Formats: sequence, C-alpha cells, structure tokens
Amino acid sequence: MAMNLKDIESLIKEALPDAKVEIQDLAGDGNHYSATVTSSAFKGKSKIEQHKIVYNSLDGKMGNELHALAIKTKE
Amino acid sequence: MELQTKDLIQSEIDNNEVCLFMKGTPDAPQCGFSMAVSNMLKILEVNYKGINVLESQELREGIKKFSDWPTIPQLYIKKEFVGGCDIIKEMYESGELKKVLENKEIKFKK
Repeated sequence: MAMNLKDIESLIKEALPDAKVEIQDLAGDGNHYSATVTSSAFKGKSKIEQHKIVYNSLDGKMGNELHALAIKTKE
Repeated sequence: MELQTKDLIQSEIDNNEVCLFMKGTPDAPQCGFSMAVSNMLKILEVNYKGINVLESQELREGIKKFSDWPTIPQLYIKKEFVGGCDIIKEMYESGELKKVLENKEIKFKK
C-alpha cells in the first residue's frame, strides 16, 4: 500500500489551512515520507499534541496506507 | 481492545520505569524506527524494558489505542507517554531527553 505525496499534502492542508507543508519521499517508494509542517495551530501545544494534530489530519491513514511518515512540526 | 490487553500494557508501564513498545527486541530490532529509539537509550545507558509488539497482534493494535498514537515505537517514562521516534529523536538532539530523564530521576550516562 502506498500514498502519493500530493494526497498527504492536501489532507494536512485541509485540516490546517495556514500550514506550510514540505514533504519528501525519502526512499522513492511512495511509502516512506518525511513532512515538515509549520502552522499557527501548534502554538502553545506540546510536541505530542502537535504530532497528533498532523496524524489526525491524515484521517486514519497513518499506520495503514501510509507506512512511514517522519513528522517535524514548527510553530 | 480486550481488557486483558489493556491490563497487560498498564502493568508493563507500571512495573518498568522506562519502557519501549517496539517492533523486535532491543537486541534485534525489526524496524528502523524502533532501532533508532532503542539505540538512543543504549547510548545514554538507560536501563529500559523493550516490549516486542510483533509477538501479538492484539498488543500491536492495543498500544496504538491505549496511547492514542498511530505508530510504533512508543516510549513511556515513569508512566508518561513521551513520544514516538520523531519526538524522541528531536529531544535527543536538543538535549531535552536528558532533562526529562533527570527530572524523572532515571539513571543515565551524563
């Protein structure tokens, strides 16, 4: 199972409209990505809460269609 | 999640100051992310219990629900969920992980 980069980006942006999202396909296999997400929604939240916001935006795909997504969040 | 699985997870967290739910074991991790966190703990000489979620499908899915976190590995220190691979790596690099260990009075190599 795999997801394409654009789908990941649009799911995150749908949940966080002001987000700046940079995604890299780490292995070129459509299965291992890294995402750097910058959004004002992270303000005042712990890292765990910030990552949960990103996971939630992916609508249950994390750990299923999407095997690996390294996340970095910035305010 | 079955009550039995929840109890098992809770007792691991209660009985081990540092426990890492991971794929594989500390000696033979079976996923790069589990290996990364495992190695960071080893470098810091933290005494931790590795729990191999691949041994049981119930456990593998249960821990995700338990922590409300979709990925593995998951690190607990003194009953508190600290993070998955990305967060632990960030904390390790920034020195924050050492601070957390210190605050929670966990022995490690300074």
